[in-house]
Amino acid sequence: MSVEIKNLSHTYSEGSPFEFKALKDINITIEDGSFIGIIGHTGSGKSTLIQHLNGLLTPTSGTVLVDGKDIFATKKSDMILLRHHIGLVFQYPEHQLFEETVQKDVAFGPKNQGLSDQEVDQRVRQSIKMVGLDFEEVKDKSPFELSGGQMRRVAIAGVLAMEPSVLILDEPTAGLDPRGREEILAQIKSLHTQKKITVILVSHSMEDIGKMVDKILVMNEGEVVFFDTPNRVFTEITTLESIGLAVPEVTYLMRRLKEKYPEIREDIFTVEAAKKEILKVIRG
Amino acid sequence: MLKDVTIGQYYPTGSVIHKLDPRTKILFTTAFVVMLFFLNNLWGYLATFLILLTITLLSKIPVGYIIRGIKGLVLIIMLTVVLNLFMTPGTPVATLGPLTVTIEGLKVATYMALRLIFLVIGTSIMTLTTSPIDLTDGMEWCMRFIPFVRRYAHELAMMMSIALRFIPTLMEETERIMKAQKARGANFETGNIIARAKNLIPILIPLFISAFRRADELATAMEARCYRGGENRTRMKQLAFEFRDGASLVLMFVMIIGLYLTTWIQIPLLFPV
Repeated sequence: MSVEIKNLSHTYSEGSPFEFKALKDINITIEDGSFIGIIGHTGSGKSTLIQHLNGLLTPTSGTVLVDGKDIFATKKSDMILLRHHIGLVFQYPEHQLFEETVQKDVAFGPKNQGLSDQEVDQRVRQSIKMVGLDFEEVKDKSPFELSGGQMRRVAIAGVLAMEPSVLILDEPTAGLDPRGREEILAQIKSLHTQKKITVILVSHSMEDIGKMVDKILVMNEGEVVFFDTPNRVFTEITTLESIGLAVPEVTYLMRRLKEKYPEIREDIFTVEAAKKEILKVIRG
Repeated sequence: MLKDVTIGQYYPTGSVIHKLDPRTKILFTTAFVVMLFFLNNLWGYLATFLILLTITLLSKIPVGYIIRGIKGLVLIIMLTVVLNLFMTPGTPVATLGPLTVTIEGLKVATYMALRLIFLVIGTSIMTLTTSPIDLTDGMEWCMRFIPFVRRYAHELAMMMSIALRFIPTLMEETERIMKAQKARGANFETGNIIARAKNLIPILIPLFISAFRRADELATAMEARCYRGGENRTRMKQLAFEFRDGASLVLMFVMIIGLYLTTWIQIPLLFPV
């Protein structure tokens, strides 16, 4: 599914003293099957933007086209159908768990889709496996007796079970330990490659995003600063720093090395690539 | 939807009314509310209207915003009006089937409606112009003069300020959870009343869990900072009674006396005395 955002603006509490322009005239196109990273400082409008993509927020002006169709011009029932195709995992998704068992909670989404019991069961098994949990081990547990990282996975599985064609994740690794972060990101990546779905990942961390995505959307104060490949975005160090962001540590290292070895490339943002490049230069 | 609730909201404009000491405002509001029930003719209500209008204009809060606060009470006001209109015995002026409207009924209904509207506007101006912290500080001071309550003045004020503080937070939380469940295909907009009630479970359970978690975290945070109730506790921001408070108290006293004097007016306005 392709998603086209057209002249999208959103103002909170319009006309009151708390008025806040969260999005200002956003125009971007997200192609089918791509992996997009959204990055920006707190309050830059990332979360507001993604909530427009499945119609949870209604724009003040502008619109969103999904597969060429204006989603805000449709009926309420179509909007509910749209949400089956565009899965959104909120920040701290474990706060939305409510069922008695993990199995029931993950089944909430597919059940709302009106699937048969058999199909629901199959999807629940699949998605719990996808997030790296053992179905037999967790299915009868209460979601509230799991560890934080496990709860997060169960909540993500709850959205995956709906088999969306576009998956949006709002800081899925916030508050997890380094190992939990690595695992969840790796699972998202493999999901993208295996199922060929479009993934939109909101994150604070350039390191996390840089090595996974096709394109990065950099936002600042409700506006798009860059929408380009990581290679190109990471060369704009001054602009990024001026809006409170930073490039991956490795990129800074490569910059410093360039002062000594002018032939070294500096558009590098993973440790792996840096290692290769350094070895290449040193060995000549 | 949830954002339309204006009860207990604070609307900062930095006006003269906002800067008044909360105690001044609490005193006046209390006197005003009591006075409302003494009024017995339309002159008094006219005077009340003028007083409220002046205060509203001084507070720089948009009139429409204040009127929005009455919206939620329309049903109660209508009910009071209708009941009083038909149930009061007296001189009949019109009949509508088995129902009779009396001149006394008309009078009581008008007074009750005005009384309710002014009551809500008067008290909401106080909350709109006083930040929750100032308000509870003022309340705590006032409670010190009530026997029995005095011992718990601080605890009660603290509970009230925490409750006020968490109204918007819990509203936000509700909205967030609703959105998250909507993203999972939950439908809160259609279906019969039983289906809708059932649909509330995915909202209520996470909401309760988060409220308890917040309460627990807050209690720990307070204990970690050695909170142990009101004894020997000092304030960083002392309430200061300034010249403008004295001046406005005198003015308020005059207004309340003025309102009381209207009850003696013998010239009829619309209704016979």
